[in-house]
Amino acid sequence: MVIALVIVWAIFAYTTDGVFLEARNFSNLMRQSTITAILSVGMLMVIVTGHIDLSVGSLVGIAGGVAAVAQAWLGWGLELSILASLATALLIGALQGFLVAYLNIPAFIVTLGGLLAWRGAIKGISQGNTIPVQIPAFKSIGQGYIAAAVGIALAIAAVIAIVGVALWRERSRRRHGFGSGSQFRLAARILIPSILVVALVWAFNRYAGVPVPVLILVVVALAGAMLVEGTTFGRYLYAIGGNTDAARLSGVNVRRHTLAAFSIMGALAGLASIIYTARVGSAAPDAGRLLELDAIAACVIGGTSLMGGRGSVQGACLGALFMASLDNGMSLENYQDFAQDIVKGIILVAAVGIDMIGRRKNG
Amino acid sequence: MSDRNDSFILEMRGISKSFPGVRALDRVSFDLRAGEIHALVGENGAGKTTLMKILGGVYPQYEGEIYLDGQSERFKNVRDSARSGIAIIYQELSLVLDMSVAENIFLGRLPHRSGFVRWNKLYKDTDELLARLNLRLDPRTVVRNLGIGQQQMIEIAKALSQRSGILVLDEPTAALTDSETETLFAILNKLRDEGVAMIYISHKLKEVFRISDRITTLRDGRVVEACDTTDTSESRVIAGMVGREVSRVFPERASAPGEVIFEARDITVRDRVLSDRVLVERVSLSVRRGEALGIAGLMGAGRSDLLMALFGAHAGRVTGEIFIEGRRARIASPADAIRHGIGFVTEDRKRYGLVMDQTILKNITLAALRRLSGRFITRREREAAAGNQVISDLRIKTPSLQSIAGSLSGGNQQKTVLAKWLLTAPRVLLLDEPTRGIDVGAKQEIYALINRLAAEGLAIILVSSELPEVVGLCDRVIVLREGRIAGEFARLEATSEKVMQCAMGG
Ligand SMILES: Nc1ncnc2c1ncn2[C@@H]1O[C@H](COP(=O)(O)OP(=O)(O)OP(=O)(O)O)[C@@H](O)[C@H]1O
Ligand SMILES: [Mg+2]
Repeated sequence: MVIALVIVWAIFAYTTDGVFLEARNFSNLMRQSTITAILSVGMLMVIVTGHIDLSVGSLVGIAGGVAAVAQAWLGWGLELSILASLATALLIGALQGFLVAYLNIPAFIVTLGGLLAWRGAIKGISQGNTIPVQIPAFKSIGQGYIAAAVGIALAIAAVIAIVGVALWRERSRRRHGFGSGSQFRLAARILIPSILVVALVWAFNRYAGVPVPVLILVVVALAGAMLVEGTTFGRYLYAIGGNTDAARLSGVNVRRHTLAAFSIMGALAGLASIIYTARVGSAAPDAGRLLELDAIAACVIGGTSLMGGRGSVQGACLGALFMASLDNGMSLENYQDFAQDIVKGIILVAAVGIDMIGRRKNG
Repeated sequence: MSDRNDSFILEMRGISKSFPGVRALDRVSFDLRAGEIHALVGENGAGKTTLMKILGGVYPQYEGEIYLDGQSERFKNVRDSARSGIAIIYQELSLVLDMSVAENIFLGRLPHRSGFVRWNKLYKDTDELLARLNLRLDPRTVVRNLGIGQQQMIEIAKALSQRSGILVLDEPTAALTDSETETLFAILNKLRDEGVAMIYISHKLKEVFRISDRITTLRDGRVVEACDTTDTSESRVIAGMVGREVSRVFPERASAPGEVIFEARDITVRDRVLSDRVLVERVSLSVRRGEALGIAGLMGAGRSDLLMALFGAHAGRVTGEIFIEGRRARIASPADAIRHGIGFVTEDRKRYGLVMDQTILKNITLAALRRLSGRFITRREREAAAGNQVISDLRIKTPSLQSIAGSLSGGNQQKTVLAKWLLTAPRVLLLDEPTRGIDVGAKQEIYALINRLAAEGLAIILVSSELPEVVGLCDRVIVLREGRIAGEFARLEATSEKVMQCAMGG
C-alpha cells in the first residue's frame, strides 16, 4: 500500500513537473483526503464487523444541512450548531445500527434505504436551496491552519509520546518474561514515526501550517486505531466479523457491538460533515454524494476484507490518501471529469486484484 | 523405474511440503492398490491431511512425484485431481450451508437439459443415494438445519456420487454414531469388492483395524512404518505414532464430589423454526464440585441442544431454571453464563469454536479477554504470557501464538478451543465432544486434564459419542433419548452395553 502510494506520487510529481509535491499542493492534497479518511475510519469498523454502510454520503449531507440550518435559520451559535449536527448523525447511525443488530435487517438494505431517505430529507428541508454558513469560526474548521509555532510544539509533544509509548511497551515485554526485543527494533519503533511526524509538520509549515482538518483527522485516526487494536471492543468487532457464532458463544454481545459500530460511523459522518460544510462554506442539497463509495473504496484498497474480520485503520487512511492523490493529481493534469472516473474505477479494481494475487501466493 | 510395481494404481514418492515454520511432510512415500483400504494414521499434526490435500490438488506446490496407473501426474488444482478419478472427503466439512442436501451432493454436476436443472431427476438420484446410506432425509432439506453427523454423511454421499476409482476419507467417523459407522463400513466393504481403492484416515484405531488392509503410520511428517494390518497390532501402531508407549486405560481418579454447584430444573428447548417441536423436554440435572457428569445418547437425542440451553445460547426458546451454588441464576446469553463461571467447549470447531482467520492468541483469549487483558484496554504481553502457558500445557503443536488458527491441524484446532475455555477459569465446564479428531496420545492428555480439573473442584458435564469415554471418565451418566432423560447410571453400574441399550430404548 505504501509502495503503491509512493509510485503514484512519483508519477504525478514527474508528469506535473513537481507541482504535485509543492508545498501548496501537498497541503491541499492532505486537506482533501481528510473527509474520506475520517469516514473510512468509521466504515472500517462497520466492515470489519461484517456489515456495510451505504448511507454515509447522505448522512454527511443531512448533518451538514442541520449545522447550516441551525446557524442560518435558527441563529444558533458555533458550539450548538456543531453539537446539533453531530447528534443528528450519531442518532441516525444508532437507528440504522439498531435495525441491523436487533431486527436483523441486512445492513445493505437498511443503509440503502438510508441513502435515499436522508438525501430526500435534506432536499425537503432545504427546499432545494443551498444554505450558506454564517459563522466565520465555523468555516475555519474546514479552511484554517494552525500557526507554525503551535505545529512545532505539537510535533515535539508527539515525539515525546512516541518515545514514551515505545519504552513503556518494552518494559511491559520484559516484565512478562519475553526478554528485551532487539535494540534495532526499538530504535525503528521510535525513529520511523518520529521522523514522519517532524517531516509532515515541516512540509505543512513550508506553506501555511498544519491544516485544521488534518489535525482533526490525526486525532480521529489515532483514536480509531487505538480503539480497534488496543481495546477489547475492537477485538470483539474483529471476532464478530470473523465468525459471528463463535463470537457469540464466547460471550461477546454481538448486538450491542454492532449497534456501537454503526453509531461510531454515524458520529464520524457528523464530524466529516462539519469539515465538509465548513470547507465549502455552505450546505447544498447534494453535498456528500457518493462519499460512501469513496470511504468503502478507501477501506478495500487499504486491505479491508468486505467479508468482515480483516482490515486496519492505517490501511483505510492510506487508502483514502491514495484516492485523494488520484483525484488531486488528475485535476492538476486537467484530466476531464469522465476520464478521472474511468481511471479511478480501473485503479480500484486493479489495486484489489493485485492484493488478492499477492495473498494467494502467501497462502 | 524398474522397482515400480505396476499393480499400484497410485504411488506418491518422496513427497515433501513446508509451511512457514513447519515442515509438514518430509519425503513421504505412499501407495495404493485397486480394491484395498489403506489406512493412514498418526498424531495430530503428523501431516495426514496435508498429504491428502496434495493428492487432491489443494496444494499444487510440493516436492516429489505422484504416479497414477504408472503415469506421472502433477495436480495443479482441485479439478485436475477430481478429473483423474480421485474423490476426497475432507476432515473439515465443505458444504454450502444454505443449499439443499441434493444441491450439495451434486454441486457442479447438477443434471440439466439445455441449461435448466432437472429437479425431479436430481431429487430422485439423491433419494437413491441417501437410501444406500440408510439416511432418511428429504433431499430438499437445507444443510444448515442438519447436525454435524448428518452433514458428514452428506459429504460421504457426495463423494460416493462421483463414482471415483480412488476414495479418500479423512476422519469420516469422527462425528458419526455407531450405527452410522456400521452403514459406512458396509458401503466401504462393498466398494472394495467393486475394486475401488480407498485411503482411510482415523484416530479410532479399532475401526482402522477392522476395515483396513494395510496401515501406514506417520510421525512428524515422516513415514514410520507401512505394513499389512494383519502383521501389526494396536499397541505397535500407537508406539509408532507417538514414539512411546501410551496407556490405553482411563486414568484412575479418586473422586470425592463436594456440594452441588450447578443445578438445572425442567429445561425444555424448542426448535428455532417450528416452535411446537420440542428438542429437549423437562430435563433436570445437577453436578457437584469435583464431579464429572456424562450425558450419553444417540445423535439427535438433544445432547448438544441441552448444553447450548444451559449455556444461554438458545435464548428465547428455553424454559426452566438454573441454580448456581444454590442461588437462582438468570442465564439469558453466553455472556451471562461466562460471568457465572460456566465454560463451554463447543462441538463443531469450525462453526462455533474458532475464528479461523485470526491468530491462535486472539482465539484463545476471546472468551476471557476482560479477565486476562484489561477491562477495556488490552494488554498484549499479559495475554501472550497466559497464552503461551496454556499452549504448552495442552501441547498444542504450532510454531507460534501468532499463527492463524485455520492453519492448525484438525486435532490441534480442537485443543485450541479447549484452551480458550480453560483460560476463562470456569467453575462449571461443559464439554461437547471434546476429543473429536484428537489422536490417542492427546486423548490421554485430555482425559488426564479432565480428571485434574475435577480434582481441582470443577464440575464437569461431558457429552461424547464415544461410550467408553463417557463410561470410563464420568462419576455418573445420564442417558438422553428423544430429548428426555431415559436413565441414569452411577459409575460402578455403567457399562457401554447398558448405556447403549438405554439410549436406543431397549
Ligand atoms: N495451511 C497451512 N498453513 C500452515 N501450516 C499448516 C497448514 N496446513 C497444515 N499446517 C501444518 O502442517 C502440519 C500437518 O498438518 P495436518 O493437517 O496435515 O495434520 P494431520 O495429520 O491431518 O493432523 P490431525 O489428526 O490433527 O488432523 C501441522 O503442524 C499444521 O499446523
Ligand atoms: Mg487432519
